[in-house]
Amino acid sequence: MSRATLYQIGVVAGFVLLLEALCLGGVIDKITMPPPHRIAIDFVKLMRSGKLYPEIGKSLANVLLAFVLAYVVGIATGTVLHGFKTVRETLDPLFATYYAVPIFAFYPLFILIFGLGDGPQLLIGFLLGVVAVIVTILNGLDRVPRVLRKTALIGRMGPFETATHVTLPFCAPYLLTAAKLALAYAFIGVIGSEFIMARNGMGYEIGFAYTNFDNATMYPLIVLILLLSIILNGILTHWEKRLLARRGQQ
Amino acid sequence: MMGEGRKSLRNTIVLIGGLLIFWQLMYFVVGDVAMRSPWQTMRSTVELARTDWFWLDVDSTMRAFAAALAIAIMLGLLIGFALGLHRLSAEAMEPMLVALYSIPKITLYPIILLVFGLGMSAKIAFGAIHGIIPVALFTLGAVRSTRPIFVKTGRVLKLSKPAMVRSILFPAAVPEIFTGIRVGFSLTLIGTVLGEMFASQHGLGHLLMNAIGLYNVEVIMSVTFLLVVFAASVNGILLAIDRRLHFRA
Repeated sequence: MSRATLYQIGVVAGFVLLLEALCLGGVIDKITMPPPHRIAIDFVKLMRSGKLYPEIGKSLANVLLAFVLAYVVGIATGTVLHGFKTVRETLDPLFATYYAVPIFAFYPLFILIFGLGDGPQLLIGFLLGVVAVIVTILNGLDRVPRVLRKTALIGRMGPFETATHVTLPFCAPYLLTAAKLALAYAFIGVIGSEFIMARNGMGYEIGFAYTNFDNATMYPLIVLILLLSIILNGILTHWEKRLLARRGQQ
Repeated sequence: MMGEGRKSLRNTIVLIGGLLIFWQLMYFVVGDVAMRSPWQTMRSTVELARTDWFWLDVDSTMRAFAAALAIAIMLGLLIGFALGLHRLSAEAMEPMLVALYSIPKITLYPIILLVFGLGMSAKIAFGAIHGIIPVALFTLGAVRSTRPIFVKTGRVLKLSKPAMVRSILFPAAVPEIFTGIRVGFSLTLIGTVLGEMFASQHGLGHLLMNAIGLYNVEVIMSVTFLLVVFAASVNGILLAIDRRLHFRA
């Protein structure tokens, strides 16, 4: 194990132990936060009882759907946009400011338009992710060597074939980065929207548990969401690093 | 340089025009039930700006936002420099910060509410946790990628650590730190408004949520419009400064 990994384990363990000590010592009172070991027990209980599986399943399905939409639409848009220099230049200011705009502020408007349901949540998750995917793909396509494009021309490939057989495979590391971003944003968008206003889902359950002082449900759910997003992010990062290392671009 | 600037101005104008047309078309599709046209929104925004309660909400949001941003920048710089100066810490903590960056921080909001109680301090804390990580990450990256010759010069001059940070590492990192602050600015604003949306009695976020309950389409359109215009224009200014700093460096 590398020293950095040991360091990371140390930081996490130290943090958990510190929380445990603060909780047991009474610095953090029980209503604010149960000690970590209690949360772990509640977590196992909650998972065993399975009563929140429908909510968890629903949230994850929406996250997945928002992710796929953002990813597919983003890659398609990015690939097409790469061929139209003027359109792309015109859209540049939009890309540069897009993430400064609080997309969540549109959530109330989407609720008015589509009604309170999955639609607005998916749309928020999609909107958060799609531009990150487009920008990443454009960035990747910019790096495709001229010789590869020429080879495609010599092979008499059409634009579609060139994209699927030459340029996009070349961008594989960028495709992964884009996937990582889209997934993180899908999570943030869907769970966040559920949290603000929804009828069900994990985010909603956390808000509901909070209003009912139900720490035995709230903390395990928060831990579950954090673990899921960190693990998924970790897997994709690891994969991305291996791809980059193989290409000697580390 | 001049041509470049005129080009980006032209692009921005074309883009704003395009977005307004898109908005108007959306309005034709969706209709009066859930939307207002750009023109109607401008008018209701002006009307909103004439009321006193609106400015109380703006004031509440802006104060929370300013405090959150100040905290985010200070703590972000502190964390960035502390970790950046120590190689192992930087290597170990950078991926952890990136992971933290990608989690839906909104789920932590109930914990923050329990710790800080309902009100201003919870909003500030929630805004700040959104902004700290980008500032820290950019600072960390900048400190680590300082040109070795600068650091070596500092060593030759036998500078102490604080002097090293003050006169070498910080000035060298300014462009990157500014990028971090720009990203942190947007995220802190989002965090503050999100905090208000979930649990608060004041502020623009609360106003938005209240308007859903009252089905007040005008207020929703106007507040969303104002937030977007504010965020986009400040970001535009910061981006221009950012580019200039990087260009000089």
